[in-house]
Amino acid sequence: MINIVGAGLAGLSAAITAAQNGQECRLISKQPSERAQSVLAEGGINAALDTMGENDSPREHFQDTMRGGVYLADPNAVERLTKNAPEILLWLSRLGTGFNMQGDKLLLRKFGGQKKKRTAFAKSSTGKIIMTALIDEARKYEARGLIHRYPHHELCDLCIKNGRCSGLVISDIYSGKILPLGGAVILACGGLNGFFEGRTTGTTQNDGTAAVIALARGVEFADLEFIQYHPTTIGISGKRCLISEAARGEGGRLFARINGERVYFMEEKYPELGNLMPRDIVSRESYMIKNRADCDGVFLDMTSISEDVWSGKLSDLRKECIYYLSLDPAKEYIPVEPAIHYFMGGINTDIDHKTNIEGLYAAGECAAQYHGANRLGGNSMLGALYGGKTAALNIPHINEDIPELPDDKLNLTLSPDIEEETEKALYDGLGIVRNEKNILGSLERLEKLGDNTNARLAFAKAILKCALERRESRGAHFREDNPETKEIFKKTTIVKAERKNGEYITDISFRDIAEKTNENKA
Amino acid sequence: MKIRLDILRKKFNEDKQYTQSFEYEYSDAGATVAAALCDINKREPLLDINKAPSEPIRWECSCLQKKCGACAMLINGYPGLACDAKLSEYGDTISLAPLKKFPQIADLIVDRQSIFDSLKQIELWFNENAQPNEKRAQLIHEASRCLQCGCCLEVCPNFYADGDFKGMAAAVPLSRLVSEASETEKKRIFAEYEKHFYAGCGKSLSCRDICPAGIDTEYLMVNSNAAAVWKRKRR
Ligand SMILES: Cc1cc2nc3c(=O)[nH]c(=O)nc-3n(C[C@H](O)[C@H](O)[C@H](O)COP(=O)(O)OP(=O)(O)OC[C@H]3O[C@@H](n4cnc5c(N)ncnc54)[C@H](O)[C@@H]3O)c2cc1C
Ligand code: SF4
Ligand code: SF4
Ligand code: FES
Repeated sequence: MINIVGAGLAGLSAAITAAQNGQECRLISKQPSERAQSVLAEGGINAALDTMGENDSPREHFQDTMRGGVYLADPNAVERLTKNAPEILLWLSRLGTGFNMQGDKLLLRKFGGQKKKRTAFAKSSTGKIIMTALIDEARKYEARGLIHRYPHHELCDLCIKNGRCSGLVISDIYSGKILPLGGAVILACGGLNGFFEGRTTGTTQNDGTAAVIALARGVEFADLEFIQYHPTTIGISGKRCLISEAARGEGGRLFARINGERVYFMEEKYPELGNLMPRDIVSRESYMIKNRADCDGVFLDMTSISEDVWSGKLSDLRKECIYYLSLDPAKEYIPVEPAIHYFMGGINTDIDHKTNIEGLYAAGECAAQYHGANRLGGNSMLGALYGGKTAALNIPHINEDIPELPDDKLNLTLSPDIEEETEKALYDGLGIVRNEKNILGSLERLEKLGDNTNARLAFAKAILKCALERRESRGAHFREDNPETKEIFKKTTIVKAERKNGEYITDISFRDIAEKTNENKA
Repeated sequence: MKIRLDILRKKFNEDKQYTQSFEYEYSDAGATVAAALCDINKREPLLDINKAPSEPIRWECSCLQKKCGACAMLINGYPGLACDAKLSEYGDTISLAPLKKFPQIADLIVDRQSIFDSLKQIELWFNENAQPNEKRAQLIHEASRCLQCGCCLEVCPNFYADGDFKGMAAAVPLSRLVSEASETEKKRIFAEYEKHFYAGCGKSLSCRDICPAGIDTEYLMVNSNAAAVWKRKRR
């Protein structure tokens, strides 16, 4: 039996793969798949399908991904990802995913950090449309008794002893009933939004608790300092709402209003990729220019996009601007700001998605895989689908009815005011532009909250410590006190926690990036 | 601005429903019912309008932007999404209650499992490769957008849980299958559509007016009827 925690793209992909191989699995999620963050994905999914006559290749997809991630991603994993991407897309097509097409070929759009058109899409609701096809496919295996859904259940603990995972403990959110379940585990529980509530483009479901449990139980994490700010978001009630990169892919242009004039700052500074530079760079440039005393804000100019493109490719996005801002983007400029959008860091896994614990795998946004220091738009849905599949193919079969339960209980929650202070401190220390003073200041604020026995607080501190120790700038991690990218930091940040006398001690170290093996050399 | 929320509550495993009111102050003109519920639950201590201590209000949310269907509930008696309901449009009081066609678990949470069971029962999946087609792209897109929120079922005069008629929450995703099924698989899917939807639908289209995702259910229904029931060429 395989226990999969999370029913977004990564969890569904793992479950379907397992079921296709006749392997039974439990698909555990707080809410049904329809409510997972994956349904929010908008712009598209990457694969070098080369349907646009540009001579694209997986090799170039590999190079763009490695460069985008500023060489922190595992090249062997990225090689496999990019080679397998076309097949993943063809599989989605066979499931009837409603991609935009031209004849019988998938249309591809331009996306940030990539030199060729490589992003398949379904208007600006790509995640939803893919999820619908996958949910239907998973249902087939549910009916055959291979996928067992636990759709209102949350992870309470992982049963890890002596470096081996024998199962997990979940609780029924409706009734509060506790269920211990044996078998290997795949974590597919999404990003760390809950540490930045109201400040991200994601869902409230991904509150970070699953990650907190994993760290507290000895699972290794990596690269937590790399948090992607998306350059174009708008504030709506309770959260940040994304204006997809597709807006720029289809011709949208960013400008700053300076002394009443429009300055198209991205195009001026980066003539080749312009508005479609990787996100870390666009966000940083937007942030810097917005902070100038003579700047009246940054806007997205989509007024030159044609009616055909609006109706055929961006209709959802247009509706959203009208609904939330009462602005028609075809006629008016949209005020935008960067906001937290994606967590490159997460559970450390090898190329097969195995963690440092036997029988425990991780895939999707909760895992630190494929994206290095900065994720390219369109690569995370791909990474989630391919990662879930890879995990399911490699996970060993552990047939245990009853897991070996942990000896102690974890302290996983904070009271609302301490939670709020924790999140504020994180936000202050982990902005688009960082420095040692701010990070240390935030760490001190967390230290003041006392309680070293609280696992959530320990996790929050670990994120800040990663940002502190990486004394360089790379991808999404920009340190104004260390603005250059340093060769000695071309390494993975590794985080581990240990518990001594009930208190957590986290250890941060750096590990070399794998060399590209011959098998994976192009 | 200030608003009073009257919430129809129930504790887990108890039958008794009761109404409890909370006062909520807000300044953001776009503030929604969802934001109010989030904020009220963070209060320490959590007091109701009479300053009586209260348990957190149980409800479901996820995306906070009308895209996941989690937060469907009755708002002033009408089904809708809490994250789509702007407080400023409701004056100084608003009532919140759980959807009625599904069992209430606690407070505003209902168990919508019957929707998912229906989809399983009508075998809503492909056994063979789908046949995507550029010409039907618009329809397939529309048919893939259903949130499975249940609002349409709540207003549908013909739907009740566990009946043979599965309502629009099934017909929307089914119309994707109707449109994309291979020649050999078509028959099975058409039959499911006819039996579990067409035969029971009165075509009053209350579903279209209430759908918070704005799905054009009439467009999907007309197409699926033509293909599955009248056996016209699929568009
Ligand atoms: C607005 C937006 C737009 C995006 N656009 C794109 C795009 O265009 N292209 C792209 O490639 N990527 C995009 N992304 C990123 C991409 O959508 C996500 O990275 C990806 O979908 C993550 O999938 P996942 O399966 O890892 O996790 P999720 O879809 O987040 O699923 C997480 C699952 O874990 C469950 N879960 C969480 N915690 C627990 C717990 N404690 N116990 C039990 N279950 C739990 C949840 O219920 C859920 O089922 C976008 C993201 C956002 C927010
Ligand atoms: S048209 Fe009327 S009967 Fe048919 S599904 Fe919609 S609300 Fe129900
Ligand atoms: S058709 Fe509309 S109202 Fe009905 S379940 Fe789907 S999204 Fe909800
Ligand atoms: S929270 Fe997703 S629709 Fe309201």
